[in-house]
Amino acid sequence: MMQRVVFTVVVLGLLSACSVEPWVKPYERAHLADPIMNPDRDPVSSAYLNHVHDAREGAKGAGLASGGGCGCN
Amino acid sequence: MMGKRRTMIKSGLAFVLSAMIFMATAAADEVQGKAPDFTLKSASGKNLKLSEYRGEVVLLNFWASWCGPCRQEMPYLEQLQDRYASYGFTVMGVNVEEDSSKARKMLKDVSVTFPILFDTSNSVSKAYKVAAMPTTVIIDRDGNMRYLHKGYKAGDEATYKQWIKKLIRE
Amino acid sequence: MQVWHRVVAVVVTRIFLGLSLLLVWQFVQTAAAAVLPEDRADVMYHSYNGGGVEVTGPSILLRKSFAKNFSGSYNYYVDNVSSASIDVLSQASPYTEVRKENSVNLDYLHDKTVMSAGFTASRENDYDANTSFFSLTQNMFGDLTTVTLGYSRGSNIVKNNNDPSFEATADMRSYRLSLSQVLTKDLLLGFAYEAIADEGYLNNPYRSVRYVDSSVPAGYAWQPEVYPQTRTSNAAAIRLNYYLPYRASVYGGYRYFDDTWGIGANTYSIGYIQPYGSNWLFDINYRYYNQNNADFYSDLFPYYDAQNFLARDKELSTYSSHQLGIGVTYMFAKNGFGFIKSGSANFYYNYMYFNYEDFRNVLDSTPATVGDEPLYTMSANVLRMFVSLWF
Repeated sequence: MMQRVVFTVVVLGLLSACSVEPWVKPYERAHLADPIMNPDRDPVSSAYLNHVHDAREGAKGAGLASGGGCGCN
Repeated sequence: MMGKRRTMIKSGLAFVLSAMIFMATAAADEVQGKAPDFTLKSASGKNLKLSEYRGEVVLLNFWASWCGPCRQEMPYLEQLQDRYASYGFTVMGVNVEEDSSKARKMLKDVSVTFPILFDTSNSVSKAYKVAAMPTTVIIDRDGNMRYLHKGYKAGDEATYKQWIKKLIRE
Repeated sequence: MQVWHRVVAVVVTRIFLGLSLLLVWQFVQTAAAAVLPEDRADVMYHSYNGGGVEVTGPSILLRKSFAKNFSGSYNYYVDNVSSASIDVLSQASPYTEVRKENSVNLDYLHDKTVMSAGFTASRENDYDANTSFFSLTQNMFGDLTTVTLGYSRGSNIVKNNNDPSFEATADMRSYRLSLSQVLTKDLLLGFAYEAIADEGYLNNPYRSVRYVDSSVPAGYAWQPEVYPQTRTSNAAAIRLNYYLPYRASVYGGYRYFDDTWGIGANTYSIGYIQPYGSNWLFDINYRYYNQNNADFYSDLFPYYDAQNFLARDKELSTYSSHQLGIGVTYMFAKNGFGFIKSGSANFYYNYMYFNYEDFRNVLDSTPATVGDEPLYTMSANVLRMFVSLWF
């Protein structure tokens, strides 16, 4: 089990160490930084609608987290 | 068996922690090389060329109107301009947007006295290999790049101040 | 637990362990950093009205960054419930109840990693839920990729207002992996996977199932529902956001769900955001949901104690639902006003329609039609009105 974990980590570590040239440059992110491209711009509102669904449906989970955006800092 | 596994985990964690400490103390932000020259149109309408500022310390700041930290940084850059301009120093703001109308609008509310240039074709951003927003490059009086800082967090302006003071004295 | 569930569980825990070690490795690399969530205050009024149930209340959020690398938030949420739902009307009597929920969250930023932890306490007179979570978010590959690993743990106490001596517990453990990937300067992809394990008293102490009983006038009788003590579920979702050249966006998503109770569900959603001028946003969206029933679900069992596990909760039945939504946002103070950086006023309305395929309306029952009552349908109106301020 430990061997497989080490193997997974080494592979993922090598992948992350590969310097992939970002194909969208930081100065090209104007559209991604626009609030209309941010699915999580109103967390209170989205959380409430998820709650409405969870309370009435059999399915649950896999609500999505944030990303994209301006990529600043 | 449990004892062996525990030792492995402990040594693994020890390695990781020491690696973290080592990395944290490594030096960042110092660069070398000639600052690529460029000519760009400025907000005042004139074309400005970087090499014309040879003899002055230049702080080149790549920014965009859609970038929150860039907007936060502007007033501090204006403070630096105000304080050190008489010592032979200038800030040059390079706006990286293809459409400069939003930037011009923002400048009406956040007025600055240093020149703002429009890099609408991103040729200068590419030449300086801009890899973060904002990016600040400090160039010495001989036209060499000395410091490159990626991003902006509250307190970074104090670091810029230290670098500028050092280069002004050279 | 089915064989493939075991395989998935093993794969998930291995990937989870591998990724957490990877994130520690990434933690070590110094480079340009990520950002914490913005400082903000949100005040929302929410209202749900449908199927004889009315739930309204406030939700207030405060978020503030401090000490350069920390951001903390507090949320206060209330559900004022007034219920005369079909279950309540057929098995009990209408009631009102208040549920209060308090949450605190803390985020810590170091270079490209954000570590978050939080705790939520929900209280009502017959149910206490305590949930804690921990997550790691990592920006990679030139900030084009964001990976989040999350773990949360819930411990709940279930009580019965009709029986003060009753008290049971239910525990929840969830593992989450989500990924956000910038595909082009106009296209954003999101993916999430979550595995949830529930254990303990998982049903509702007030709800019953019905079975055929020709010895009573109604033709059927009630007995308390009996659920399994464990439930393991998997959900995987994908989402896309696309920026249209004239400044608008279109978004859509799909979620797959299944669990060890035999429920399989699909969620499809699509939406469109149209700005107007520099201050207005209009959002229109549609969501379709369908699920098949749990293995131990039936609207009418043939006799008393027909199975080991018995359920008649319409949430576990076979049904589909449609949801239409419209939203209007007005952005004000865009150039600041005093200590406010910007603000927005929002109004969102959703219409939901539920169509049950094996849950019947017993309020419309006669002895002659037992088991043949009309299938139940219901609709609901959901309102969200909120103001957000950024500092």
